[in-house]
Amino acid sequence: MDAFTTHTGTAAPLRRSAVDTDQIIPAEYLKRITRTGFEDGLFVAWRTNEPDFVLNQPQYADASILVAGPDFGTGSSREHACWALLDGGFRAVISSRFADIFKNNSTKSGLLTVVLPQAEVEALWAAVEADPTTPVTVDLQAKQVTYGGHGVPFQIDDYTRWRLLEGLDDVGLTERHLPDIEAYEARRPAWLPKSLPALPA
Amino acid sequence: MPKTLAEKVYDAHVVRSAAGEPDLLYIDLHLVHEVTSPQAFDGLRAAGRTVRHPELTMATEDHNVPTLEILKPIADPVSRAQVEALRRNAAEFGIRLAPMGDRDQGIVHVIGPQLGLTQPGTTIVCGDSHTSTHGAFGALAFGIGTSEVEHVLATQTLPQYRPRQMAVTVDGELPEGVSSKDVILAVIAQIGTNGAAGHVIEYRGSAIEALSMEARMTICNMSIEAGARAGLIAPDETTFEFLKGRPHAPQGADWDAAVEYWRTLRTDEDAVFDAEVVLDAASLTPFVTWGTNPGQGLPITGSVPDPAAIADEGERRAVEQALAYMGLTPGTPLREIEVDTVFLGSCTNGRIEDLRVAAELLRGRTIDPHTRMLVVPGSVGVKQQAEAEGLDRVFVEAGAEWRGAGCSMCLGMNPDQLKPGERSASTSNRNFQGRQGKGGRTHLVSPSVAAATALTGRLTAPADLAPAEPAVV
Ligand code: SF4
Repeated sequence: MDAFTTHTGTAAPLRRSAVDTDQIIPAEYLKRITRTGFEDGLFVAWRTNEPDFVLNQPQYADASILVAGPDFGTGSSREHACWALLDGGFRAVISSRFADIFKNNSTKSGLLTVVLPQAEVEALWAAVEADPTTPVTVDLQAKQVTYGGHGVPFQIDDYTRWRLLEGLDDVGLTERHLPDIEAYEARRPAWLPKSLPALPA
Repeated sequence: MPKTLAEKVYDAHVVRSAAGEPDLLYIDLHLVHEVTSPQAFDGLRAAGRTVRHPELTMATEDHNVPTLEILKPIADPVSRAQVEALRRNAAEFGIRLAPMGDRDQGIVHVIGPQLGLTQPGTTIVCGDSHTSTHGAFGALAFGIGTSEVEHVLATQTLPQYRPRQMAVTVDGELPEGVSSKDVILAVIAQIGTNGAAGHVIEYRGSAIEALSMEARMTICNMSIEAGARAGLIAPDETTFEFLKGRPHAPQGADWDAAVEYWRTLRTDEDAVFDAEVVLDAASLTPFVTWGTNPGQGLPITGSVPDPAAIADEGERRAVEQALAYMGLTPGTPLREIEVDTVFLGSCTNGRIEDLRVAAELLRGRTIDPHTRMLVVPGSVGVKQQAEAEGLDRVFVEAGAEWRGAGCSMCLGMNPDQLKPGERSASTSNRNFQGRQGKGGRTHLVSPSVAAATALTGRLTAPADLAPAEPAVV
């Protein structure tokens, strides 16, 4: 996972609520077995069918920060949604509320999800609609989004922030606790289910 | 301190906790399918890691599998490559796989309970959001992403933050023709698609206790459609009865020890929930969705909502966008909406009881000539059981198509898809734009509404049907 410290870029205003992960990347694009190359599926239905869709507008084509309506990332647990956003050039998504699994996946794949109050999202929408070239900075170190002279603080738990800042993957961190895992395993009752061997119905 | 059921299960699985860090939770059962696992296995290989507990892991092929000609190689080369990758990975890492054609193959959330692997008080994860289904047994079961799949494969644990607790209480008796699908659609319509974010939902109350295991699974399945981390129901005699004698359920003295423990898995009297939703079972009616998320639903007696009547701008825009996509006019009675396709299946409603309910309505009747009905059992086990009961013949005689087991038109990763503009009544769980095929329009319904709709070609409640002609003997 790439580390995230701070990022400055332009932002695209996605004025939609409850954007589900089927919209971020539809199922037919999930057949790939690689971890990259998902940009072709990113919002593909809206990009194909809606000429006015924000990412079809040339002034937002190079945006690297997505500013979305509430409840972004609901539905399917597909981490491909995060990969598609990253592959499509996005480093951060801002919304007033994310779906849990999407938010969790984002922290594992190095996409920063920033929660701001809806009023701040509206203000940011207005600013980048008035001037799409407005540079927006998402600073994880300072826990702050800045644009056009405004600084808006955001909350993120210290542990996740540290992991993102360092670009650390969880497996390596967990492996340091192997003795705890072994101790737990020694306590597990023997009757707990096992998938092997296959038993007759 | 008094605890909820979910807290008891969570606490019993904490391997390690430290201030300022997520808890490390032990995972009892890891279910795997072909779509969300290939990159996780690649990650293991790249790091030179193994699967820590292959015997706590079970894989199946479900999302991509065709429901016709299942013994032939998959025609779509990309789907085939994904399924073949799972086969290679399962063989290399020593994981049990139920491939197409295997007696244990089926939708991952159908086979876990069917095999008796899903047990009360366990933690269950899968790279699939509907893992919440297994909560029907009093398990703490939740969907994870591919990075987490890799983490569980490598360590059999997962870093987690303690969820908040929500109670959904449904007391009273469900009216005739109202199912657990209607209950959960009503809950989601009330709290919204992310209304339970950060929470585990415990479903409780006399109406929930009266439900069969299949019906409980339907409710827990759709917890994620309310944004919940998981949904669960306290195990009881119904649960034990369902599990007893299943291949991987405990046997003999182990069974007694297990049941003794399972009986302790109840929310303490004075445990505190962070949020509570109360529904009166007697007031519920068959529910259908009209929009493009599962929260956009109404009783079938209602009409398509009018955005002009909505004050909140964001909400109004969302309804306008949904209606434009769905091709619906405000004020249209829901029962006048004509459908092209009826899909009976999925991990929500593809179990034997769902097929029985639908078959009962179709018996001796013929579906609307302009409507296609696809019946896709949730697993090979369900398919065999249905055939043993003669349900397949009822479906075929009524004019429906009887298919092989898999996810099928729930998400259309296989050839079972809606065409652009086509409209379905579907017993699955998601009516998102394009979910069942590009440009397809989905109305979520219960199995009995699906069957009634197939008969008339319009969204129909079972109570709307004229009595069936007596069979000519
Ligand atoms: S049936 Fe549908 S919801 Fe269930 S696992 Fe398959 S694709 Fe997912």
